Amino acid sequence: MATPTAALPEVRKRPVAGHLSGGDGVARALTLFFALLILVVTVLLVVQLWNNSELTRAKFGLGFLTSAVWNQNSTPSRPEEYGALPFIYGTCVTAFLALLISVPLGVGAAIYLAELAPPKISNGLTFMIELLAAVPSVIFGLIAIFSVVPIMRTTVEPFIKKGLGFLPIFSGPTYGFGYLTAGLVLSIMTLPYIISVSREAILSVPREQREAALALGATQWESTWDAVLPFAKLGIIGSVFLALARALGETMAVTMVIGNDPKINTSLFSQGYTLASVIANEFPEAVKLHSAALVELALVLFALTMAVNAMAQLMIVLTTQKGSGKG
Amino acid sequence: MTSRNSRRNALNNVMMSATAVCAVVAVSTLFMVLGYLVYNGGKSLNLQFFTNLPVGQGEEGGGIANAITGSAEIVSLASIFGLPIGFLAGVYLSEFSGKTLGFLIRYTADLLNGVPSIVIGIFAWTVLVVSMHGYSAIAAGFALSLMLIPITARSTEQFLQEVPRTMREGALALGASKWRAIATVIVPAGRKGIMTGMILGVARISGETAPLIFTSPGQQFWNASLLQPQSSLPVVIYTYATAPSDNAHQQAWAAGLVLLGLVLVANISARLIVSRGMSIPK
Repeated sequence: MATPTAALPEVRKRPVAGHLSGGDGVARALTLFFALLILVVTVLLVVQLWNNSELTRAKFGLGFLTSAVWNQNSTPSRPEEYGALPFIYGTCVTAFLALLISVPLGVGAAIYLAELAPPKISNGLTFMIELLAAVPSVIFGLIAIFSVVPIMRTTVEPFIKKGLGFLPIFSGPTYGFGYLTAGLVLSIMTLPYIISVSREAILSVPREQREAALALGATQWESTWDAVLPFAKLGIIGSVFLALARALGETMAVTMVIGNDPKINTSLFSQGYTLASVIANEFPEAVKLHSAALVELALVLFALTMAVNAMAQLMIVLTTQKGSGKG
Repeated sequence: MTSRNSRRNALNNVMMSATAVCAVVAVSTLFMVLGYLVYNGGKSLNLQFFTNLPVGQGEEGGGIANAITGSAEIVSLASIFGLPIGFLAGVYLSEFSGKTLGFLIRYTADLLNGVPSIVIGIFAWTVLVVSMHGYSAIAAGFALSLMLIPITARSTEQFLQEVPRTMREGALALGASKWRAIATVIVPAGRKGIMTGMILGVARISGETAPLIFTSPGQQFWNASLLQPQSSLPVVIYTYATAPSDNAHQQAWAAGLVLLGLVLVANISARLIVSRGMSIPK
């Protein structure tokens, strides 16, 4: 029972490149294998975090995210109990403080580098700013402990307290270690990301935008503010998300200056804790439930940075496609 | 009208100078970091610092020789695994990938690149430290290679994509099969960029501390075993800076200067290989 299709003549093999295209298959399979490794490792990472936090997920459920109690020393009157809220709070407060400083500073610098500076100076300065991004986090922590913390304790924080001490966020004793110092250090660390990505976004704005604005009699600032920045808006927002993701996950520098206090404190001068720094400090000694709680914090941190990173990627992709006209 | 124009001009001057000030502040932080390290670290840098072992609490002097060799060991391990895997994955992404799978892997690589290093450390701990019943240089190398793979893959892809289309077509028109074209024409053409990406990646992971504190928190002696925890420069800086001793603080400054020196030299030389400006790996 030969069907019409089966009766068709067999497709002739390509005579020359037959054995070579076999090599193509091998090369393809080999590189595919290693590319898939990236996928496998990432999935495995999530699975491992999920499995290793089993104990606390079973015991506290979603209440883990909303509880502010962190007690690793079990006593008869107060059993061992874990909640993530002080750390989520600390992570968000320090990241917010960091962006409050680094966004205006970074976008300002990016405008200068993209719009004002002659190309040679712009490239030189950008190079140095990207070197700043290469400085390891632990070195920022080292400098912060011995220079930023004492200055904050003796000069900056008392000064702010004198002027704005009536506000609850600027009250209480000034230790030097705490949310404000951590935010300041993070702002310096996130600055290069904001500058570098925002500068690219501004540079990819078509030249005609500027020329049209200037030809209509706008000053350089008006041309930048009204014609260029709206065009680069998404890219700049993308750079902010990128910086936010870095600030949320930053470990060493924050751990060295945050002060390590697992409470929710209103004053920015008070000592606090972040997700990453509590993991760094307590994980080496943690066992059983305590260890599971820290792994669950890692899972929370992972989810938080993933969400922010995904937003950043989306913004950057959208803006570069629009700006450069590449599809 | 004139007062309005002068107001506009004044605003223009104020805002434009403000942006210049922002740029100066940003760049000067780099010099403050450098200056502070050279000033504080330079004082305790001497030959003993590079050749001696650490001393106990309360003693003077001592060095970080084992941290230098330990760092070298861990970073080499990470590079042996991370660079080839990342490179081949990058070749796949640039040369073979279809739309859906390519997008998926590219996106996952970017996600993995954005995972906080402390989370990578926890992952390496659950996989290797638990199963091997202890800290080891291998676990540390594994953690760092996980950070190196996505960086290398994405930078390799980026530079292969920049190889002109005409070169690919030329090779294929001469009858080369695809893998031959890749191996003999496309990869050599993108060689400089790929090398740069690799050097930048290795420089970045060699300064990472967070993935090491649960995988290889260090030890005081000479020890080259892959199955033992190794001391390393970043961890030494972290532990000495937070230790309550002036001698330890001095050592932390000096170790910081050595680490920053290595990282900056790697960065500057990588950027000299390709004179073209490279943005931060995203």
